[in-house]
Amino acid sequence: MRCLRVRYTKLGKIRFIGHRDVARIWERSLRKANIPVLYSQGFSPHPRISFGLALPTGFESEAEYVDVYLGEDFFLDAFDEKIIQENINKALPSGMDVLAIGIFPTSGDSLQEAVDACVWEVRVSGTSFEEFEVIRKKLFSSDSLSIERERKGKILVEDVRSQVHSMDITEDHIDGVTILTELGTKPRVLRPTDLLKRINSELRTIRVLRKEQLTLQGNQRIEPLSIELHPAAPAEVLA
Amino acid sequence: MSSLWVELEQFLNEIEKPARYIGGEDGMICPEHSPEKASWLLIYPDTYEIGLPNQGLQILYEILNERDDSVAERSYAPWVDMSREMRKRNIPLFSVDTHRPAEDFDILAFNLSAELVYTNLLECLDLSNVPLYSKDRNEGHPIVIAGGHCTYNPEPFADFIDLAVLGDGEEVVGEISEIFSQWKSEPQAEMNRKELLQKFAELPGVYVPSLYEATFSNGRLVSISPKAEKNIPNIVEKRTISDLGAWPYPKNQLVPLTEVVHDRLNVEIFRGCTRGCRFCQAGMITRPVRERPQEQVVSMVKKGLERTGYDEVSLTSLSSADFSGIENVVSEVMTQDGCSPVSLSLPSLRVDAFTVGTASQMQQARRTGLTFAPEAGTWRLRQVINKLISDDDLFGAVESAYSQGWRRVKLYFLIGLPTETDDDTLGIVRLAEKTLEIGRKYHKNPSVTVSVGGFVPKPDTPFQWFGQNTEEELLRKIYLLRDAAKKVKGLKLKWHDSRATVVEGILSRGDRRLAPVLEKVWKMGGVFQEWSEHFNVDLWKTSMDEEGLLIEDFSYRHRELDEVLPWDHLSAGLHKDFLWQDWRDALDNLGLEDCRWTPCYDCGACTGYGIEHVVASAVPPAGGSQGTGVSLIQENEIKVAISQPEKVNGLQVSGVNE
Ligand code: SF4
Repeated sequence: MRCLRVRYTKLGKIRFIGHRDVARIWERSLRKANIPVLYSQGFSPHPRISFGLALPTGFESEAEYVDVYLGEDFFLDAFDEKIIQENINKALPSGMDVLAIGIFPTSGDSLQEAVDACVWEVRVSGTSFEEFEVIRKKLFSSDSLSIERERKGKILVEDVRSQVHSMDITEDHIDGVTILTELGTKPRVLRPTDLLKRINSELRTIRVLRKEQLTLQGNQRIEPLSIELHPAAPAEVLA
Repeated sequence: MSSLWVELEQFLNEIEKPARYIGGEDGMICPEHSPEKASWLLIYPDTYEIGLPNQGLQILYEILNERDDSVAERSYAPWVDMSREMRKRNIPLFSVDTHRPAEDFDILAFNLSAELVYTNLLECLDLSNVPLYSKDRNEGHPIVIAGGHCTYNPEPFADFIDLAVLGDGEEVVGEISEIFSQWKSEPQAEMNRKELLQKFAELPGVYVPSLYEATFSNGRLVSISPKAEKNIPNIVEKRTISDLGAWPYPKNQLVPLTEVVHDRLNVEIFRGCTRGCRFCQAGMITRPVRERPQEQVVSMVKKGLERTGYDEVSLTSLSSADFSGIENVVSEVMTQDGCSPVSLSLPSLRVDAFTVGTASQMQQARRTGLTFAPEAGTWRLRQVINKLISDDDLFGAVESAYSQGWRRVKLYFLIGLPTETDDDTLGIVRLAEKTLEIGRKYHKNPSVTVSVGGFVPKPDTPFQWFGQNTEEELLRKIYLLRDAAKKVKGLKLKWHDSRATVVEGILSRGDRRLAPVLEKVWKMGGVFQEWSEHFNVDLWKTSMDEEGLLIEDFSYRHRELDEVLPWDHLSAGLHKDFLWQDWRDALDNLGLEDCRWTPCYDCGACTGYGIEHVVASAVPPAGGSQGTGVSLIQENEIKVAISQPEKVNGLQVSGVNE
């Protein structure tokens, strides 16, 4: 069995819908685009689609993923990636746009389990370039950073320092900075908002944008579907 | 054009369910506003999830945006966390389409379909920065309009609206737009709000409360009649579109980005119902039956599924199994080619094996639960309410449901119906017990859920003269049922809060003296009263007390024929003597057959307006019982607190008789 992997955006007003809403939109959009999704068997059949790591409501993204399970006959029929992409784009609401598309054999881990880190772009206010540089340096010079997290009603203190892979200032603004940060998602997702609040309670996040979801392959982190490879013929993506 | 979006997006993250406020639905229209056009804000004064699917609102939204003299956007009541934040930040009520402030619109049009939302009307006006009382508004304020079933007795909220529209809105919204856009083009100095309202009042179907005087004497209403002005009708007649086929709306049903109730394609297959259930206001006020042509139904379904991507469609009406040739329509819809299974639902009032057969054809996959609404526990009482289902009809339907794979059966009943005895009430448990017995023939552990609502007498029904059961009496009956139900294994009993029934009763047949009561309840924070977490009966009781009004007077006492009713100056076409005769027949346990397939009783709904039924078949559908009622309403509806505005029959109502 193979699946169609789609990388798409969640930008603008639509960032305020939840993860379940996104799933419902995909189910409808695939039907509108006439993609013959496989259905589960049983009492109440549902379309077989799965997603990458859930994006918190209110965050934007250029790296959302959905895997759509399809019957083999779909690939036998003339598979035109361009047309499929166009049809899906037409069916999706504004703010959700297809960035890349590819065919993958379905194997092993779901994307949700495979993702190991996310890259975030965060617009931060309540600071300055200089001040944030100090904050940043302090963070990287320490070897631990404990954070309180609620889990099943209990407050746990966890060290998340090793989950902060990188953090750089990319833009300077009058009231703050824009940063780019790669955060590990294991054992538990570390949200950029929680991290920033922890390192300095004065910081305000205005906009959070997920740039990438990364999976570990050997000792390299790679994108499940890179935009650069697009538009690539299916054979190339498979290779 | 001003949009509040930039301000809104700053805090939507901190708000519960922010998707309620973003718009962006498939089918959304962001109209071009211009000074010559009448701009409407269509407001559903309940949450987005409840309001978005409302078909009436969607129909008018499209019609108004298609016209060249009007534009329309939509708004819903902001939930309490949102309104708190909006007030703090000085943000007014806004449209979800372009996030334009409500006060920038010419017309605020409210859809009122349940009594408990009346305080939300006030909340929305206040959030719009519009004076609550019509008399306090001037030329600079929007015109406030109410439509929907509640306008058949708008008196409790009459002081807050500028006008009410009775009946079908398809045509009259155009007429209102025309008058308004003309008025708007007049030089500033000559604009006079009073004259404008006077003009509106001349339109058939439009009621302008400020042009009528209500007179009370000794705590009783003695008259409501036009003030001196000319051309104001003594009786305002409802509007009826005679041909549903001419209005194939909505053409582009809104597909929300977030979950709402009735989240599926909805195609209205007919309007009106003449089964004649005596408790059911919707049936009485929407007569006669007007079917949509079969081909149009099928094409609306096909186009709709293709456009929206839904895999579920509901053919809506008050009793969809009664549609002429329903079997054809169902099989055409079910055999559509497409790559995914389509499921179909059919809210229906019939209780018979035929309907279940159709249901099994419709729900090949998801056979979770089936719902029937016998409404009363004994045949005698069902004759009183004119729901002519025999016990055998019900058992036959139940048998075929269980035998075809359904495991869970839901039964809906009303308590507090006229002439009801404890034996009738307990008959509910007996029916459920027998249902379970039948179920055991097919399944090991069948379950039956019995939902019990309290009856609220409604205007324009034969029961409009009936004294509603008191809160205590309803509660006594609920306990009676609860004790009996405890002894039956597999039976689950649910009931409607009898305190909410009391408030619905006050408002249902209330008059203008209730305006200050509504204002007080609202001021004390009594919004979203149809939601159990916000409903507070004490606010209502205190406010009634403070105004020197008695619940007894409004709800519990029987009315006499010669009493002036608060809605006597408004007409749904029904002759008062027809209703009174039907009331007497009810008390004599006499049923009345459906006039669609038998001679006319001259109730007035056709005869008074020179129209007739539009029904493709002259005979009742095949396999039909005499049955007046069953609801195949699907299991997947979201359970919202006390009442569901779109419930087909009077389930959210309640009452008691001694
Ligand atoms: S006027 Fe006659 S046919 Fe028309 S709804 Fe009334 S009883 Fe039925």
